[in-house]
Amino acid sequence: MSAWDVLATVPDPEIPVLSVVDLGIVRAVDESDDKRRVVVTLTPTYSGCPATEVIARDVRAALEASYDEVDVRTQLSPPWTTDWMTDAAKEKLRGFGIAPPAGRVTLPLLNTGAPAACPRCGSESVEELAGFGSTPCKALWRCRTCQEPFDYFKVH
Amino acid sequence: MSPTSEQLLTYADGALLLSHRLSEWMSNAPTMEEDIALGNIALDLLGQARGLLQRCAAEIGGDEDELAYFRDSEAFRNPLLCELPNGDFAHTMVRQLFADAWFAGVWAVLAADDTVDADVRGVAEKAIKENAYHWRHSSAWVVRLGDGTDESHRRTQEAVDALWPFRGEVASDEWYARIEPVLAEATLTTPGRDAWTQRGSADGWHTEHLGYLLAEMQSLARAHPGASW
Repeated sequence: MSAWDVLATVPDPEIPVLSVVDLGIVRAVDESDDKRRVVVTLTPTYSGCPATEVIARDVRAALEASYDEVDVRTQLSPPWTTDWMTDAAKEKLRGFGIAPPAGRVTLPLLNTGAPAACPRCGSESVEELAGFGSTPCKALWRCRTCQEPFDYFKVH
Repeated sequence: MSPTSEQLLTYADGALLLSHRLSEWMSNAPTMEEDIALGNIALDLLGQARGLLQRCAAEIGGDEDELAYFRDSEAFRNPLLCELPNGDFAHTMVRQLFADAWFAGVWAVLAADDTVDADVRGVAEKAIKENAYHWRHSSAWVVRLGDGTDESHRRTQEAVDALWPFRGEVASDEWYARIEPVLAEATLTTPGRDAWTQRGSADGWHTEHLGYLLAEMQSLARAHPGASW
């Protein structure tokens, strides 16, 4: 298995339906010629996200099974953005009950976006309950049709 | 011109202490959603502070924990605004509005500064988006409270009057341009740009509130230096 294949099996601790590759936080993977050493460069999602350290540890643990030496580095600039999430990742989020980020980031971030539809029933009649949610990346919304609250992965 | 470590410390300390203040609301906020919102904002600020403190530590010595937990009040460079007590919810939101407007300018300047090293620029680029969500939250609340009931209006006006004298270290033309339309929409009045303002943190002079904040924030680390879990 290549390092990328291994990384595709490392889940985000908060949203286990997404791998760290789906999330778009793996910036670079450099293997040594003899395939014994690997350097992985990660970009954190949010400045204070508690999952960042867990992710670095999980990435290291997963790769140590295949490599003698694993170096996990952090790169802050350019900053992570939800634009780096793949369409497949957004579809996985929807299946998991989290409305994916609607639209791309444009700065200044005046339009913070709204979920296109309720991830449960598909209704487009939705309303925001709170701008902040259970993790830094999410806001809390509610469907006016099925009445279910749901998480929305914010445009960031 | 590249920011000095003293300037970066001003931003880092401001974010660190404001983060601590917001964390004091945990389990005490008016609603569950607000508890979560203030916790999220505090976490963003803490992450921003850590990024800058690591950079400051590389230049002036020690590490981020030493800077956060083993300096005394006269070594802190935060704007006085960021150390002030929470007061009631209106007071916390007006303080946040003032601070968010300051940080918006801070992060924009750092992100656009080619002479800043990549890590500091990375902190700023990330913080710009986090700050946009903080501002959206604080400005919405200030409008809702100011243009709300007689009681919420009275409390929010009291908060503006009490905090206005602490704007001196964060205010600029740009800052006023952000703040004034929000306060106007909230039907609140301000003492004006020329009103007297307090300063002091650049020389290590702080309000009497900082000592109590540091006592709580630093006591564990000082009782168990180097502890980890």
